[in-house]
Amino acid sequence: MSKNTRRDILRTTAGAGSVAIASWFGPQARAAEGDSVAAHSVAGRTLSYFTVPEFAFIETAVSRLIPADELGPGAKEAGVAFFIDEQLAGPFGRAETWYMQGPWKEGTPEQGYQLKLTPAQLYRVGIQGIDDYCRRMFNKKTFAELDAGDQDKLLHSLEKGEIELVGAPAKEFFAMLWQNTNEGFFADPIYGGNRDFAGWKLIGFPGPRYNYVNEIEQYGKPYTLPTVGLMGRNASTRRG
Amino acid sequence: MATKLKSVDAVLVGFGWTASILAKELTDAGLQVLAIERGKFRDTVPDFATTHIQDELKYAVRHGLFEEPARETLTFRNSLDQEALPMRHLGSFNPASGVGGAGIHWNGQNWRFLPTDFKIRSHTEARYGKNFIPADMTIQDWGVTYDDLEPYYDKFEYLCGISGQAGNVQGKIQPGGNPFEGPRARAYPLPPLKRSYATVLFDKAAKDLGLKPFPCAAANTSQPYKNPYGVQMGQCTYCGFCEWFACGNYSKSSPQTTILPALLPKDNFSYRTLCDVTRVNLDSTGKRATGVTYVDVQGREFEQPADLVVLCAFAQHNVHLLLLSGIGKPYDPRTNQGVTGRNYAYQITSSVNVFLKENMNPFMGAGALGQAVDEFNGDNFDHGPLGFIGGGYIALWTTGGRPILQQHGAPKGTAKWGGGWKKSMHENYLKSVSVATHGSVMSYRGSYLDLDPTYRDVYGNPLLRLTFDFHDNEYKMSKFETDKAALIAKAMNPQSIKINYREGHYSILPYETTHNTGGAAMGADPKTSVVNRYLQSWDVSNVFVMGSSVFPQNPGYNPTGTVGALAYWAADAIKTKYLKNPGPLVQA
Repeated sequence: MSKNTRRDILRTTAGAGSVAIASWFGPQARAAEGDSVAAHSVAGRTLSYFTVPEFAFIETAVSRLIPADELGPGAKEAGVAFFIDEQLAGPFGRAETWYMQGPWKEGTPEQGYQLKLTPAQLYRVGIQGIDDYCRRMFNKKTFAELDAGDQDKLLHSLEKGEIELVGAPAKEFFAMLWQNTNEGFFADPIYGGNRDFAGWKLIGFPGPRYNYVNEIEQYGKPYTLPTVGLMGRNASTRRG
Repeated sequence: MATKLKSVDAVLVGFGWTASILAKELTDAGLQVLAIERGKFRDTVPDFATTHIQDELKYAVRHGLFEEPARETLTFRNSLDQEALPMRHLGSFNPASGVGGAGIHWNGQNWRFLPTDFKIRSHTEARYGKNFIPADMTIQDWGVTYDDLEPYYDKFEYLCGISGQAGNVQGKIQPGGNPFEGPRARAYPLPPLKRSYATVLFDKAAKDLGLKPFPCAAANTSQPYKNPYGVQMGQCTYCGFCEWFACGNYSKSSPQTTILPALLPKDNFSYRTLCDVTRVNLDSTGKRATGVTYVDVQGREFEQPADLVVLCAFAQHNVHLLLLSGIGKPYDPRTNQGVTGRNYAYQITSSVNVFLKENMNPFMGAGALGQAVDEFNGDNFDHGPLGFIGGGYIALWTTGGRPILQQHGAPKGTAKWGGGWKKSMHENYLKSVSVATHGSVMSYRGSYLDLDPTYRDVYGNPLLRLTFDFHDNEYKMSKFETDKAALIAKAMNPQSIKINYREGHYSILPYETTHNTGGAAMGADPKTSVVNRYLQSWDVSNVFVMGSSVFPQNPGYNPTGTVGALAYWAADAIKTKYLKNPGPLVQA
C-alpha cells in the first residue's frame, strides 16, 4: 500500500470522528508502512516511529521553537527530533500508563486530556493535519517548506487553537509538541536529545552532580566543574 | 473463586509510611502482621543508586515511581452539575505505588499542625462568632488535640531524624525557630540544614519587614543520624533530586531508611507485593471485618482472613476501599447525610517568581531546604476584618534546579518559545527563585468522594469520583497570602518579580500538590465522621484507617508530619487499649 493511499483513507475516515481514526494507528499503521524500511532512515540513523516526511516536520518545528542562534545550538542541533521519535516509539508514545478506557467525551479544560489518541497517534494525526492545511493555504507546500516567518505564524496559530485540524485539536497538539521539545532539550543526553549538553550549557545547569556540601554556602560564586550526565562527561554515549 | 488463606492477626492494606509504622508497632506487641502492597518492592540498593536515580525525565516527568492511572485512577468534576471524566494521566497530584509509598519520593517537608488547627470549628466560633463560618463549610474539630498528639509528633520526628530549629520548647520561645508552633517536649534531633543563598536573602527580607523567619524542618538529614530503631542515615549532599525521586544517599527519611531494616527481619512480619486489595470483607452483621480480598499479579483472587484490618493506602484509595466494601454510610451532598467520602479537601498554593541580580546556583538544594514565615498561617493573625478562615505558610524552598520542570518561568512579557524564550532561559535560570504560599483548604458540602456511575477499573469496580473546586474563602485567603509573599519578594531587591495568583477553577492538571485529604474524616460525632479519635471505624470496630484521608479539613501545612503522628497515636491505642478489649474504643 502506498503512503498516499493510506492517507487518503485517513482523510475519508476522519469525518467519522476520532473514534474511527484511532483504529488506523498504532501497530497496524507501522505495519502498513513497513515495506519501505530505507525510507525510515535520516542522517544514517533509523527512525523508531516517524516517517521521513513526519520527521522533516518535527525537525523544522523544533528548530523554530528553540532556534539555533548566537547563544548556541537549537533543538534541532541538540537532537530533539530524534528524542521525540524515540519517546513516541516507547511507553510514553503508547500511553502505556494512562487510563485509556471509554466512554470518550469532551471535557472541560479542568478535566485534562480526554482524547482517545495516544501521544504517538496525536503526532501522526496532528502532523498530517498541519501539512494538509499548509498545502491548501501555501500553494501545495508542506510546513517544512514554508519560510521561517510563516512557520512561526502557523505555530502561534496552533498554540492559540486558531486552526481547525482534521482529526486532532491544534491546541493539544502544540502543547504536547512544546512539552516534548522542552523535555528533549533538557533531559539527560541518554535519551537522544540535549546533545553535547546543549540545553544544560545554555542555562548553566551542571548536570546531575551528587555532592554540593562544600559549595552550597559559597554564596554568589559560579560553579565551575564541567557538565556531566548520567553516563559521565561523554554526553554522546547513549543508553541502549 | 477466591483461595482462602491462613488467618493473620492484622492485615495492612498498603506498605508505605503508615503501614511501616503500624507493622513495627504491632509486631513489637507480638502480633502476626501481613502488609499487602499493590506496587513493587524497592530499596536504596539497588533501586535508588545515584548512578541512575537523578534522571528527571524518567522519574519527575514520566512518573517512574508513581501509580499508573491505567491500573488505578479516579474521575473528576468541579461541581455536581458536571459529568465526571477520568484522570487519564497524572497531573495535579502524584500518589505513589510500591513499598515505601510516597514516603520515598516526598520532599521531606515536615510540619506539625497548630494547636488551633485541631479545634478549628470551636475555636473559630469562640473567637469570631458562629456566623463567621459559611453555611456550606463543613469544617469540624478533629476529636484529638495537639497535646494528645505531641508525644507522637515527637516519636515520628525522632524516627526520621528531622533537621530543624525548635521554636517553642515546653512553652519557652526559642530564638530563630517558629514562634507560632505548639509547645514541643524537646528540640529536633538534628540542627537545620545548611542554607542556600536564596534562603539567606529571603531570611533578611522577611526580617526587614518585621517578620520572624525560620529554617523549615526537614526530613533531609543535616548530619549522620542513628534513629531509636538503630537505623543509620547519612548526611544530605544537597544534590537537588529529592521530590519525585528516591534518595540514593540514605539522607531522606522514608520507610526504607528509617523502619524497614528493623522490621523486615522479624519472624512475625510478612508482606506481599503486586497485589491489589479489592474489598474489606464483612461478616453477616456488617459490623465486623473478616479480612480482605486481593488479586495478585497473575490475576488470582485470594481471601486473607484477619482479626484486624488497617487501611494504610494513599488517602483517596482508603476511601475508595471503604466505599467498595460498604463501610460507613456514603456521603450525599444533596442531603448532607452520610460520612464516607465526606469532607474531601486539598491545598491551595501560589507563587511569586523572583528574578535576582546574582547567581543563586539553584541546582544545589534539598527537598526541604527552605526558610519560611508563619505569621499568616492558621489563626496566627486576626481574621475578623479579612472575612476568611485559614491561612498558610510563605516559604522560599530551594529544592533543586532540575531544568525541565524547575524552570521558574521567564520575567513578564517574555515569549513563551523561540529565540526570546531561549535568551531568557540563558539569562535567568541561575538567578531566579520562587517564593511559595502553601494554604489551607476548608471542607465543603459539595467537595466529596463517591463511586463513579460510569467508569470502571481493571477489575470492573467503579472508579472513585472526585467532586471538588476551590471556594471564595480559599481564593480570598490565597490572594492575601500571595500579596504578603510579593512583599517579601520585593524586599529581596530583585530585578523583577512575577506574581502567580491562584485563579480559576481547580484543575486536574498541571501539578499542584499531592496533599489530598479527607473522605474518611475523624471526629467526635459518628454522624459527621468515619473514624473516631483513635482512627477506628465507628461502624466496623476492627477496621482502622490511617493517612490524610482522616483529616476533616486541610490546614496550611504539609501533611506527612501529622500523618506519622496519627499513625503512632492509633498504633498506641490499638496496643494499649484495643488488644486488651477488642471493640469500639469510643462509644457512639
